[in-house]
Amino acid sequence: MARIDLVDLAHSYGGNAADPQSYALKPISMTWRQGGAYALLGPSGCGKTTLLNLISGIVTPSRGKILFDGVDITPLSTRKRNIAQVFQFPVIYDTMTVGQNLAFPLKNRGVPKAEIDTRVAEIAKLLDLTPDLKRKATRLTADAKQKISLGRGLVRADVAAVLFDEPLTVIDPELKWQLRSKLKALHRDLDLTMIYVTHDQTEALTFADTVVVMHDGRVVQSGTPAELFDKPAHTFVGYFIGSPGMNILPAEVRGREARIDGHAIALDRSYDALPAGARIEVGVRPEFVDVTAPAPGLLSASIERIDDLGRVRFARLRIGDAKFAARVPPGFSIPGNVAGLIFDASRVHVYADSRLIEGAS
Amino acid sequence: MKKTLNNRAWLLVAPVMIVVLFSALLPVMTVVNYSVQDAMAENHFFWNGDAWFRDLLDPSTEIGARFSGALERNLIFSFVVLLIEVPLGIALSLALPRRGWAVGPSLVLIALPMLIPWNVVGTMWQIFARADIGLFGAALNDLGLNYNDTQDPVSAWFTILLIDVWHWTPLVILLSYAGLRAIPDAFYQAAQIDAASRWSVFLKIELPKLQRVLVLAILLRFMQSFMIYTEPFVVTGGGPGNATTFLSIDLVKIALGQVDLGSAAAMSLVYYLITITLCYIFFTAMTQLDLLKEE
Repeated sequence: MARIDLVDLAHSYGGNAADPQSYALKPISMTWRQGGAYALLGPSGCGKTTLLNLISGIVTPSRGKILFDGVDITPLSTRKRNIAQVFQFPVIYDTMTVGQNLAFPLKNRGVPKAEIDTRVAEIAKLLDLTPDLKRKATRLTADAKQKISLGRGLVRADVAAVLFDEPLTVIDPELKWQLRSKLKALHRDLDLTMIYVTHDQTEALTFADTVVVMHDGRVVQSGTPAELFDKPAHTFVGYFIGSPGMNILPAEVRGREARIDGHAIALDRSYDALPAGARIEVGVRPEFVDVTAPAPGLLSASIERIDDLGRVRFARLRIGDAKFAARVPPGFSIPGNVAGLIFDASRVHVYADSRLIEGAS
Repeated sequence: MKKTLNNRAWLLVAPVMIVVLFSALLPVMTVVNYSVQDAMAENHFFWNGDAWFRDLLDPSTEIGARFSGALERNLIFSFVVLLIEVPLGIALSLALPRRGWAVGPSLVLIALPMLIPWNVVGTMWQIFARADIGLFGAALNDLGLNYNDTQDPVSAWFTILLIDVWHWTPLVILLSYAGLRAIPDAFYQAAQIDAASRWSVFLKIELPKLQRVLVLAILLRFMQSFMIYTEPFVVTGGGPGNATTFLSIDLVKIALGQVDLGSAAAMSLVYYLITITLCYIFFTAMTQLDLLKEE
């Protein structure tokens, strides 16, 4: 159990001399609290697995330091780091039984037999593996094998952190949901720091209390699911989180007014000192724009289709060339294929070169 | 249950059947034919029943003694070959580079001996091992060892074994290397996370994952070594005495040297049956091992 600090950590698979722009992980500094449940969220190739492998020591960083409770462990090998990691595909030891698989990490570290037995029994119970303990691990289904991998990750009580690298990829959707809730419960019971890598926002948002969003080798935002939803720090976060994602439109912003497609939208805050020469965009989530009948004074858009998601309906629209999504209020039916849009001014954000600008109130 | 009968499928199988008939079945039947007949004068054959087989399998007869002696040498030879080549092949495959520029050149270098035809291998070694002028043989003698592969049975066996190890360990290395490469990195990473020692990585990950390719390697090496012919034929001529007279060498002596067709035919059939029976036992044992362990 430990606090993990990353100090100016960066990695390039091309070696130190590589172009900084090509780094798989651009320099980052951040702190992971003891006992936190973190998700590392981002699309494939964004550097999240690299970051995970740096923490576990499978990959040695090109630059920077990793501290566990203030102690620099960067030069230590994986086996000396006291880290547990669960991989995307099940890793099991073919010749061993389920119980021996679970006991393996403890046995290798010379834990007394009695303690191993209690710990294995405990973890097996949590993961519903108790009836299979005496069976050969090779004979089980992929789901069960991945549960063994998870179990081996969780069996050591003293680890600095448990790292999960998209561990539920091979699991059926229904069981996936169960296992995720189980992991969440385990996190509460075992008081372990957990870092969960995924490209699935639902997985990240339901598992973690802090979600770290990565894009192109950088951490673009780290915050609670609500923060990511309400106030994306980067247009990528807005777009990547939420379904449909945030609408991002090029705009001219002056004071408390944004002009989109020649039409003025009121803003809650005042934006006077925008960086000169930057690409200015406004972002607003579809949940905070309502579709209504076209009327003078409203930004109008052409309707392409309506997606009925059951609880809520979203209209897919087009403003000029830009795609746009907005909420269709309950009971509202659209006359014709042109609609007016009503913006919730407090939810409209301004971005300069993709980064959130805080307006003055 | 209703089944549609359609005999046209025979037409599709027919070409293969005809080829197999001429390439395998007819020659084998000729051998079977010889094995139950005896010849008087020129091509005057008469029925001889199972006499050839009875003689062959009875060690008190001259032919029976030759057969059991050669069979024993064959079994010892194959056993020693497997005992050396399989562990050596695995060990060397573990030592090969996994990635980088060195992979290609080392694989090619290792595969080279396998590309050399048997009789060339034999001739090379015949000269190489000569006690008077051969680089290898003369060097051993200069070191004070009493080495002579045509006069001393121990030297002869040592030479034949060395040739086979040199010639065919590469096969085991390549098969085992392919098996190792098929193990995903995550297994090694997980082993590091679990603090497994190098030895337990080998025992718990690599060896179980290699099981399939090793079955193949052992079968191939057994079959080939059990059929050994060219190397002793060229290098030692089956001697000194009959120290390196293996079944195949003796078979050729009986069939072509003594033109004793009945004995030779019986011997080759028994030889053939022993080979496939042993292969079957090996294969079954190795593939069923897991299932037996389970229960």
